[in-house]
Formats: sequence, structure tokens, C-alpha cells
Amino acid sequence: MPAFWHWFVAAGTIVFIIWCVWLVSWSAKQGPQNVADEDLVGHKWDGDLEEWNNPAPKWWLYLYFITIAWGVGFLIAYPGVGNFEGMLGWSQEDQYEAEMQAAAERYEPIYETFAAMDFGELAMHPDANKLGASLYASYCTTCHGSDARGATGYPNLTDSDWQWGSSEAQIVTTITNGRNAVMTPWAQVLGSDEAVDNMVRYVQSLSGIVEADDGLAGAETQFKTFCAACHMPTGTGNPMLGAPNLTDDVWLYGSSDEVIRETIEKGRNGMMPAHGELLGDNRSKILAAYVYSLSQQ
Amino acid sequence: MDKSASYNDTVVRQFTIMVVVWGIVGMLVGVIIAAQLIWPQLNFDLPFLTYSRLRPLHTNAVIFAFGGSALFATAYYVVQRTCHVRLAFEKLAAFTFWGWQLIIVLAAITLPLGITQSKEYAELEWPIDLLIAVVWVAFALVFFGTIAKRRVKHIYVANWFYGAFIITIAVLHIFNNLAVPVTLTKSYIIYTGVVDAMMQWWYGHNAVGFFLTAGFLGMMYYFVPKQAGRPVYSYRLSVVHFWSLIAVYMWAGPHHLHYTSLPNWAQTLGMVFSVILLAPSWGGMINGIMTLSGAWHKLRSDPILKFMIVALSFYGMSTFEGPMMSIRTVNALSHYTNWTIGHVHSGALGWVAMMTIGSVYSLLPRLYNRESMYSIKLIDVHFWTSTIGVVLYAVSMWIAGVTEGLMWRAVNDDGTLTYSFVESLKAVEPYHGLRLLGGLVFFTGMLIMAYNVWKTVSDKKPVPVAVLDPA
Repeated sequence: MPAFWHWFVAAGTIVFIIWCVWLVSWSAKQGPQNVADEDLVGHKWDGDLEEWNNPAPKWWLYLYFITIAWGVGFLIAYPGVGNFEGMLGWSQEDQYEAEMQAAAERYEPIYETFAAMDFGELAMHPDANKLGASLYASYCTTCHGSDARGATGYPNLTDSDWQWGSSEAQIVTTITNGRNAVMTPWAQVLGSDEAVDNMVRYVQSLSGIVEADDGLAGAETQFKTFCAACHMPTGTGNPMLGAPNLTDDVWLYGSSDEVIRETIEKGRNGMMPAHGELLGDNRSKILAAYVYSLSQQ
Repeated sequence: MDKSASYNDTVVRQFTIMVVVWGIVGMLVGVIIAAQLIWPQLNFDLPFLTYSRLRPLHTNAVIFAFGGSALFATAYYVVQRTCHVRLAFEKLAAFTFWGWQLIIVLAAITLPLGITQSKEYAELEWPIDLLIAVVWVAFALVFFGTIAKRRVKHIYVANWFYGAFIITIAVLHIFNNLAVPVTLTKSYIIYTGVVDAMMQWWYGHNAVGFFLTAGFLGMMYYFVPKQAGRPVYSYRLSVVHFWSLIAVYMWAGPHHLHYTSLPNWAQTLGMVFSVILLAPSWGGMINGIMTLSGAWHKLRSDPILKFMIVALSFYGMSTFEGPMMSIRTVNALSHYTNWTIGHVHSGALGWVAMMTIGSVYSLLPRLYNRESMYSIKLIDVHFWTSTIGVVLYAVSMWIAGVTEGLMWRAVNDDGTLTYSFVESLKAVEPYHGLRLLGGLVFFTGMLIMAYNVWKTVSDKKPVPVAVLDPA
């Protein structure tokens, strides 16, 4: 901090400590214990409110002195008095770095050993899965649920449907860099409420929720014109874009008429945050293998 | 009787009755949100019943409506009795009552609507903040105006504490709430980032120190010797702990921001002065308890004194716990856990509420020209419900807090966290239940009080009390 504020803080600190020392010294004068009326200070309020002037208990005076002395000692040892950094040179930043360093030295070899293993082998390894399960509990449960079955808008990780692909590289990338799945709104492009309704039914027909009929010919044309770019002409999706497969019966946002209509009309934004900086490469791989193992059971 | 020859007890009566009313309202909201932590569906999917909106309503209601009304009532009563004059600026005093009630009503409307500055214990938006500032200045004028025209030379110790409380709260309130208004219901605080955090806890902790401690020590210094019929134990001790307390409290705020982006030096200062604060805080407890000492036999027959001695005990416990929790290494465990909630409530229920309840029971008969409350027996029942309630509450939250703190930092041999967050939530759920029970029991006591108060005042017409000549 600038010199002025350094001296301002330092002076304030010292003055207030001296103030406490002076007060406690002043009160340390030990008079006799008061017992009788003649010991009263002599002030009287509201008829019967009076005061004795007993000495402060000795233990209390010691307590006060000791806390002040401890405070002074602490301010000599630790940063507190303005810019003075303290004799121990402690700072929370250094403490953090030191603790992270110690943890890295202790645990990183464990992670390295696992990360060096083949992905498929890792997904079967009980100790690696135990570690992965702990990581999952800390970082993933908030969205994907403690049973990994997801929720509306959050993929189920226990089924065999992979929005962004199930290879080692794909899962690790999903974890380290996160994912952004964007479906733009299509209401205006499709042109009318009727066209949207037809598209809802057409999409439902892809996975057999409804029977396809002749009335959906227009929707099919529109699908192949507009939707196929991401979802592919036959609706099988594209993991490169995170575009869901529409032919299976796995629904991220739901398969009812209302929900699909909302998806088509307003679009969707799916976002998985990046975890690379939190986990590092080794733990990302271990976690990826664990997540993969969930769909293999 | 000539009006100036009597005390103005009208405003005292008004505030005293509202203590009971707001106590019930504030604690009921507390019970509701404690239940919501166990059964979230109790918000009935209504936005204004969600935990996030009711929690600030609870804190504002118990601190500023219940506690505030108690401080206004007793400050006005005590300053007249100990200055031997009628209240100064009586119209302003009446304004402080209606103004303060209006503020509370506005809070009760705006907070459930989600209108908030999002600053803890300072949620109210700028128009209400301005009203608070005006009412508070009026409070100061009435209080210090009465001090100025006192008929005794020496100012009684209770008034030192009330005075410090009034001045400091004005400063805290104004500086913490400096904001740029955008609309009638939205403003932006002028501070940003870590400066905002520091201002917030400079305010927040001194709200505890001056509103909930100094103010209630003022109450203690009048009602404890009065009720015990004993002289204050030590004038010297009151001088030392008063000047220590008001000097040292100012520094303690940064202990709310350990291990944050607040610079190291500020964190350390907050911690050091918080530890030094232990003895000054205990000075008040010692003076109170030693004043009661020698009147122990009265505890058998006077439940009001029981309220006071237990209040002082909880004050001593909380002010030991506070400095301990401010120590960086302890704070690393306790911070963000229910331990903090336990600490706050051992102070708020154990000290503030029980001192208030005791004082109101002591005060009401005198305000309504009676020998005593309608039922001493019911005071005793209230005492036991309060005591059991606060013990259940504090103990459950202590256990829950330490459980959370230990679970959050537990690490496996492979360096991963042993427990997920939701596991710690499951672990403390039984204690949430116990806390709800404690709160419910304490709240029941308030209903008993309301009945007792109603029976005490309903058929009594107050008569003016003549100003006593100084001895």
C-alpha cells in the first residue's frame, strides 16, 4: 500500500493497542473489596441505582494483558502493521502454494501411475474407479446427479448415448474444455405453427414415438433442408457438434409435444463448464475413464 | 400533574408492546425457514415464500424490529429515569416510533418481493435507508437532548452504552449504504470488489458490536441492578470495559473475510483485535454477574433475574466463542458452516432476546401502574422454554457445524475429498431437525409472553409517573 496508508494503518494499530494497555493499567490499581454502604461511589440515580468501585478481578486483568501481549507478538510475527510483512514472512498466498505443492508431491505420483495406463484398462481398474468416483462426487454431482443419471438438460452418463462421443479423447476433451451445445430457434424458419407442429411429430416419428404418415412429407423436406446440417439427414445426430441422435429414445430435454415444440421454437443452449484447470490432465483422464465405466455396467 | 413534571412513558409503552409483537413475527419467520431447510416444499412454489427472501425478513425482523424496538423502549425509559427529566423533543420521539414501525412494515413488504441491496443485514433499498437515517438522527436528538437537560451531573453508565450505540449505528448505516439510486427500488452500492466486502463486514460486525452488544449492555446496566436491588459491582470496571469495547470492536470486522482476497494485513488485524476483545467483552459480563452476586437467593423467587443471569452467561459464552472463531486456523474449520449460525443464535437468543425479555417483564408493570406482571408463574415457564430452546438450538448447530467443517476437509489417501457436499448435508439433517425443535420451543415461550403481557396491560390504564428529584 502507499506510504501514507502504511503509516495510517500502522499508527492506528499502535495507538489503539497503547490505548488498551493504558486502560488496563489504569484499572489495575487494586483498591479494597467493597462491602459496605460507605464504599459506594456516591452517585445515585433513579432513587436506588448506585455503584461500588470494586477492583477488577485479577484474573480478568491478566486475561486482558495476556491477549494484548499475544496480539503484539502476533503482529510482530505476521503481516498486520501496514506494510510490515512480519518476521515469519507468512502470507495466505504462500500458505496456499505450499499446501498445493505438498499435495502435488504426495498425490501426483498416484495420478501419474493411473494416467499412464491404457484407457480401457483404467475403466476396469477398481482403485482408479474409486478415485474417479470421489472426483465425480466432488465435481460432477451438482449437475449430473449423485447417481449420474442426469436431469432435464443434463445428460445421463449411465446409458450408452454419448452426445459428444465416447472415445477417450472425446470424453477427456468434454471434461477439460467443457462443451457448448447450441441449437438456434427455428420457429421463423419453419414458417408457421402448423409447420412447427408437423416438425414436432416428424421428430417424434424418427424414434417411433408416433407413426409416420403422409401428412409429414412437408416436415421431412424441411428436416432434410434445415435440421440435417447438424442432426444428419436420417436424424442420427453428430457427436462432433454435440447434435443429439434423434432416432434413439434418449431425450435430453424431454419428448412430449410441448417440450419438443419449445426446443424447436426457442432453441437450446447446453453448457458444460471446463474442468481442466481444476483437475489437470492426469485426474481428467482418470475421471473420464470412470465416467466411461458407468455406461459399461 | 404538570406534564413536564412527569416522564413520557407513552412512547416507551408503544415500543415495549411492539417488542413482543415483532418478537413473535420475527421468530415465526425463523421457525418457518428452519422448517424449509428440512422440507423445501414449504415454500409452496411461491417466490415470496422462498428461503432466500424470508431469511433476510427473519434477520431484519428479529434484529431491527424486535431488538430495535427493545432498544428504543429501554433507552427512552432509562435516559429519563437516570437523568431525572422528561424526554426532550417529544414530537421527535413520537416520530421515531411511527417512523421505525413504518420502516419495519416497508421491510416486511419489500423483502418478500425480492427488493434488496443484497448486503447482509443491510438489505433494505435506498428510500428505506434514507428513512432509517432520518429516524436515527431523530433518535439521537431525543436521547442526547435528554442527556443535555439532565438534572444530575454524572451520566449513568447505561447511557454511555446507549449513546455509543446510537452514534456508531448512524455512522455504520450511512457509510455502508452509500449507493447510486437507479429507480425507486434499485440502487448500486458505490463500493466494489473487496472494498465492498470490507465495508460490509465493518458494518456487519459492528452491527453486532454496537446494536446487539453495546445497546443491550446499556439495558443490562439499568435493569440488572434495578431488578437485583444491588449497586453496580464496579464503576472502575465499567469505565475500562466501555472504553475498551467501543475502541476495539471497530477493528474486528475483517475476521469475517479470512482466506479471501482481503489483504493479509487486514485479516490479521481483524483477528488480533478480535482476540483482544475477549477481556473488554467479559468486563460487562463480570460487572453484571457480580452485581447479581449477593442476591442469589432472589433467583428462587424471581424468574426475571433468572432471565438476566442466563442472558449474561450466554453473553460470556458468545464473546468467548467469537474471538476463538476469529482465529484464522479455527475459522478455517468453522467458516461457512452451521457453527456460525449456532454462534449467532447463542448471542441473539441467549443474550439479546433473554436480556430483552427479562427487561420487558421488569419494565411493563411499572409502565402500567402494577406491582408485577399478571403471572410470575408464566414468566418462569417462559424462562424454561427459552432456556431449553436456546440450548437445543445452539448445541445442534455447534454439532452440525463441526461435522460439516470436518467432512468438508476430510481427504482420502489418494488426495480426493472423502465426502461430497450432499453427504455433509445429509449428515446434518438430524441437527436441522433439532434446531427447528429448539426454535419452536423458544417461539412458544414468546406466545406465553404475549398472553402474560396482554393480561397485564389489557385492563390497566397507565397513569403518569412523576419525575423523581435527584438524590
